[in-house]
Amino acid sequence: MFFDPTILQSGQYHDWLVQGLVLSIQLTVISFAFALPFGALVAVMRTSSLAPLRAIGATLVEAIRNVPLLAHLLFWYFAFPELLPESAREVLYANNPEVVCAVIALSLYAGVHMAEDIRSGIRAIPATQLEAARSLGLGRIAAVRLVLLPQALRASVPPLLSQTVNLWKDSSVATVIGAAELMYQAARVETASFRSLEAFTFATLAYLTVSLLISAAAYLFQRRYPVRTA
Amino acid sequence: MIVLDKVNKFYGDYHALVDITERVEKNEVLVVCGPSGSGKSTLIRTLNRLEEIDSGRIEIDGRDIHAKGGDVNALRAGIGFVFQSFNLFPHLTVLENCTLAPVKLGRESKAEAREHAMQLLERVGLAHKVDAYPNALSGGQQQRVAIARALAMRPPIMLFDEPTSALDPEMVGEVLQVMRGLAGEGMTMVCVTHEMGFARDVADRIWFMAEGKILEKATPQEFFANPRHPRAQQFLADRRRD
Amino acid sequence: MLELIDTYWLYFLVGQYPQGPLGGLALTILLSGAALVLAMPLGLALGIARVSPYRAISLPVAGVVQVVRAVPLLLVLFWVYFFLPALTGVKTSQAATMLIVLVVFDSVYLAEIVAAGMRALPKGQLESARSLGLGYGAALRHVVLPQTLRHGLPSIVNQLVSTIKATSLGYIIGLSEVSFIASQINTLVFTQAVEVYLILALTYFILCFGLSRLAFLLERRLQRRTLQAS
Repeated sequence: MFFDPTILQSGQYHDWLVQGLVLSIQLTVISFAFALPFGALVAVMRTSSLAPLRAIGATLVEAIRNVPLLAHLLFWYFAFPELLPESAREVLYANNPEVVCAVIALSLYAGVHMAEDIRSGIRAIPATQLEAARSLGLGRIAAVRLVLLPQALRASVPPLLSQTVNLWKDSSVATVIGAAELMYQAARVETASFRSLEAFTFATLAYLTVSLLISAAAYLFQRRYPVRTA
Repeated sequence: MIVLDKVNKFYGDYHALVDITERVEKNEVLVVCGPSGSGKSTLIRTLNRLEEIDSGRIEIDGRDIHAKGGDVNALRAGIGFVFQSFNLFPHLTVLENCTLAPVKLGRESKAEAREHAMQLLERVGLAHKVDAYPNALSGGQQQRVAIARALAMRPPIMLFDEPTSALDPEMVGEVLQVMRGLAGEGMTMVCVTHEMGFARDVADRIWFMAEGKILEKATPQEFFANPRHPRAQQFLADRRRD
Repeated sequence: MLELIDTYWLYFLVGQYPQGPLGGLALTILLSGAALVLAMPLGLALGIARVSPYRAISLPVAGVVQVVRAVPLLLVLFWVYFFLPALTGVKTSQAATMLIVLVVFDSVYLAEIVAAGMRALPKGQLESARSLGLGYGAALRHVVLPQTLRHGLPSIVNQLVSTIKATSLGYIIGLSEVSFIASQINTLVFTQAVEVYLILALTYFILCFGLSRLAFLLERRLQRRTLQAS
């Protein structure tokens, strides 16, 4: 019985698993691309001097953060399409709705966690930096964009990379709405062949490798670009 | 009572204690002074093995305290140590701070420990604060509790590592008063301190240290009137200027 | 919406109990609480090992922590669900499987909280305890750990929030926790997906947000106490 590595190296099961891995990576990368700007925006809102903006930012973060990712996925896949007009719904269903809904849920969920990390980064920058920028004549938006955010982002890189690892792991939950990512495919192989050991070993190695690569990148970044305070 | 024989300690390449060979007699009050970085704190911390030594011997009551396999807890239970930063346990009341060790080490029953602690706190003038938490006390009060806590173990030797250096000036006196009282009762004490008034009045001997060596040993009269080593002369001259 | 709540509130709260095993919100809360409580002793032990000066102890523990944090919880859930019965010969129920996995994860995260707390405690506390003659174990028990756990309480409450969110993954192996029940209700009613999933989200939100506010208040109280002391 025991461990048959050949099924991992070629054949139908191998193909399924590799397709799953590819989709997992795609989900992670695309969601990251949406999550980071969203997170930065929410972070800036939360640190704004305008109370309504701060309130909206805080509400978004708490509303999204306190609901599990699985519930988000269920909502976007089963409930959200009901809210769309007929035509939009058709378009959604014709174009990989599982992946689209997964990306929406993952982007929002990862986004608010990144927002909190960026917010800590912003708060770590002394107020005097913004004052200095404004004293040079830079407008508020320019000061934030050119002086505050670059420093805040550098301070936030380690926790952001940690969030990226979380995003990578969270992509596995998309299986609940039928996105054919790695966990879905591993379970599929298990059902088809009862070879749970090989399939899950493949998945474990894949997740471990990417996670450890991202963590290593975080460690190297911290060594190469330590946070230099004024 | 305490015998140091060719004690050496290194921090990496830095020679922190250089060939220290000295004795401390019973009932003696010894003051160790010197500039910062001289090794005085390191020396006193080797006496209850908060620091290890690299060569040499330290004997207390004839026993080699740095011997491999020695019971370090039993050693420390027999020596009282007072820290510069008091280190009271913030989650326990003043009374509980003093009764913790005697009770948990099985030396006294809870009732005995309570009684004993009350006596000690009375003696340091803090009986009215028994149920207070350390964060409600001033620095001077905390240090006095720390002394009572150390005394609760009935140690024959008390070590003081700069006990007043972290205190505001107006609180130094109340702590020194407790220490004078202890000296008056015949406690064997080793004090690392900058308080030269205390040294002059209470010490039986003074060791002056610099760069890991004991450069001068003298009675207070000799030391303050006529320091022989140039470093000691410089040190006292700087102190006088303050 | 009101009719929906009126008809299904009990099912949502306790699942099929008493005609079947406990489910719904009650199961979610019970599992989370039990997992955290069971994980505490293991988390404490691992945390103490983590800060041990003996590298032979601290390094393997650090390794285990890294590995557990690098893989998705869902993957571990699949491993235990599909593979454990093959090993032990006993078919573990979904609830037991979920509990085992949650305890493993919680102990790792609790270990990090304990280790961080122990490292943050001033060195003088351990030194003065040892100076009185207390052994390392006694010093930990009476001086270091009481303070560590007190300071770590907000983080522990936050870990409870994470655990509650993690129970949602039980859906995927058919555990009748609250998300699963919500989906069952959705299948029964069919036309009110938006209402059903909004109620699910709201339920999680009230529970998790409430607990994280508690953690926040605890943190504030702790900071005020420390300011008093200095």
